[in-house]
Amino acid sequence: MKKSLGSSMMLMIVVLSMVIAGCSSNKESGSSSSPSEGSTEDTIKVGILHSLSGTMAISEVSVKDSELLAIEEINAAGGVLGKKIVPVVEDGASDWPTFAEKAKKLLQQDKVATVFGGWTSSSRKAMLPVFEELNGLLWYPVQYEGLESSPNIFYTGATTNQQIVPSVTWLLENRGKKFFLLGSDYVFPQTANKIIKAQLAAEGGELVGEEYTPLGYTDYSTVISKIKAAKPDVVYNTLNGDSNVAFFKQLKDAGITTSDLTTLSVSVAEEEIRGIGTDVLVGHLAAWNYYQTTDTPANKKFVEAYKAKYGADRVTADPIEAGYIAVYLWAAAVEKAGSTDVDKVREAAKGIEFDAPEGKVTIDGETQHIYKKVLIGEVQADGMFKELYSTPEPVKPDPYLKGYAWAKGLSNG
Amino acid sequence: MLKSMTLSLQKKAWLSVGSSAAVILLLSAPLFLSDFNLNLLAKFLAFAIVAIGLDLIWGYTGILSLGHGVFFGLGAYCMAMYLKLESTGGKLPDFMNWSGLSQLPAFWKPFQYAAFAIPAGIIVPMVVALILGYFTFRNRIRGVYFTILTQALVIITTTLFIGQQKFTGGTNGVTGFKTLFGFALKEPSTKVVLYLVTVAALVGVYLVCRYLVRSRTGKVLAAVRDAENRARFIGYDPVKYQLFVFSLSAGIAGLAGMLFVLHVGIISPTSMGIVPSIEIVLWVALGGRGTLIGAIIGAIAVNAAKSGLSSAFPDMWLFFMGALFVVVVVFMPKGIVGSLPQIIAWVRYKLRRTNVTTTQNLIEEAKS
Repeated sequence: MKKSLGSSMMLMIVVLSMVIAGCSSNKESGSSSSPSEGSTEDTIKVGILHSLSGTMAISEVSVKDSELLAIEEINAAGGVLGKKIVPVVEDGASDWPTFAEKAKKLLQQDKVATVFGGWTSSSRKAMLPVFEELNGLLWYPVQYEGLESSPNIFYTGATTNQQIVPSVTWLLENRGKKFFLLGSDYVFPQTANKIIKAQLAAEGGELVGEEYTPLGYTDYSTVISKIKAAKPDVVYNTLNGDSNVAFFKQLKDAGITTSDLTTLSVSVAEEEIRGIGTDVLVGHLAAWNYYQTTDTPANKKFVEAYKAKYGADRVTADPIEAGYIAVYLWAAAVEKAGSTDVDKVREAAKGIEFDAPEGKVTIDGETQHIYKKVLIGEVQADGMFKELYSTPEPVKPDPYLKGYAWAKGLSNG
Repeated sequence: MLKSMTLSLQKKAWLSVGSSAAVILLLSAPLFLSDFNLNLLAKFLAFAIVAIGLDLIWGYTGILSLGHGVFFGLGAYCMAMYLKLESTGGKLPDFMNWSGLSQLPAFWKPFQYAAFAIPAGIIVPMVVALILGYFTFRNRIRGVYFTILTQALVIITTTLFIGQQKFTGGTNGVTGFKTLFGFALKEPSTKVVLYLVTVAALVGVYLVCRYLVRSRTGKVLAAVRDAENRARFIGYDPVKYQLFVFSLSAGIAGLAGMLFVLHVGIISPTSMGIVPSIEIVLWVALGGRGTLIGAIIGAIAVNAAKSGLSSAFPDMWLFFMGALFVVVVVFMPKGIVGSLPQIIAWVRYKLRRTNVTTTQNLIEEAKS
């Protein structure tokens, strides 16, 4: 009796002190809120907000790593405005309200100068009102469905006219007219397919099938028989996450090879290839703006530094690179503005150029997206991409597809 | 006899001093907490409300619901629909645009009126609970079978909400609110008012539930919990009592959901899924099942720990949370508040031990 009471009391104290430690660490950083934007004499705080736990962690942790790498490199080169950048890392936990809460925490309590974060559109949509309300600055590093441009967000991933639209045109010209659309059942695939359907109608393609499966779905036998029956030239794949593993394995098991049809994916990069297995993906296509194999001096340096810091078995991929350049673009904008003030940085960011691993990128002041080259690549036996096609010049971002007559009515339903 | 009476009087005095101190502390929080921490506390208080609701049926009636996330979510969505329509000014919400709707669906239309949306946030979860409860309690489905049914309710509801993107916003949920009754939600003054409303709701819900569990009805509920058949033979209809308390509990969860949306500014299916539904049970278990104060303390303590630990150790916090749950469940099966008498006895025992010499007294004290 005495023993159990004693131990439970001790544990009670442990638990309570843990809770109190949690709360007081909150309060400490709250009270240390200096008026100078949370930055002291020789440091500037920035937030890094990705899912480090939950279903999205597998993708987002690598982006966090590349952002920390960029911060380390910039600090080693003397920092920004002569000050060191101090990252404050938070976990969005693959939960959208948590993203909103942590964004608030970074802006209000840590008073960070900017935040690098997000992956899913859901997390961005959850953070957007927070950044607009508190006039913060978010750098979002993943390709997405477009139809958005917030004054408080810089988008360093591709919008639709820098990934989906040119890849559909390329497929129509090189691989055939009959399209089968396959996607996960949420905002990005649905919006992307809405755009693709309008484009197919305008550019002489034919839609032979459209299927959506829930996130995390793994039984593709029915979908594959539908694909067999529809006999498409192209399967345009907007599946996300684990579903890709199941789909490509079952496609191979069904005896369908890349000589029977072309698949083009927009959410399968080097990182995912490692997870899915190279053997089932060889010969399949993907559209991105950067591959680990992209041949630029900046990329050579980036890949070497990334592997040196995180291990030789790690790979770089499009969103990882987009997170990396986001840090450099922000730093350049701060240098130009001479301040970390959000309004000044936003103004200064217009037209900033940077020799990124993917090639030269430029911030488009109007949309706050960046000019990017569009690349179509084929998966090789080593899990890397071979570039089949590249736009000659970086493409101007057009999130609302204003430059396409067929896209009228897409953005204002 | 006299001793125990004075003891209980003493206890009562302490309780009233303690609870009024707690209420005063909560009411004055806006004076010393930063905007962010106040907002966070407001969210915890909303969670405390749903925890009270769950404790009412689990702790006092013995019905374990792993479906309270749904009732919480339904209330939250009702509020979110109203806020969304207010912020778009009656125009089509953005996610309907993306998903190909060109007209506001009929069932969204009444939600532009607060007079409809706010009661709906409580009534809709109550009605869902009534329907589920009617078919289960009437057929005497209880124990783990009832719990499984509530889990099924969660799966059905979240799948429905994710799948019907054009009506519900899908995985993204509903967000992007600007005003409430014309007051900008971002204004600190609005936030303080909303916080105070939440404190009032928490105190109100607590008082109502405390009255309920101490009333005759509460005694019947406990009887149903401890010996359902015996209660039935005496002449009480357990179904009516179970239905009443289950739907009341769902309504309380709906109220908490509405407050949650006001503080957090987003509701998505992840907030009403299986994990949050189980989390609510954990708060109650940690705080002390069958004690209303325990539910409140559990909800606040766990969520404070979650926020604090995840900021302090973004890579490791889940391990700490897991450890915390295991430790409390293993060593304090009655929860923090439920274990207090034991702890107090232990403290007294230790204190006396230094003064008292005979082992006889020691044993007596330990027993008391």
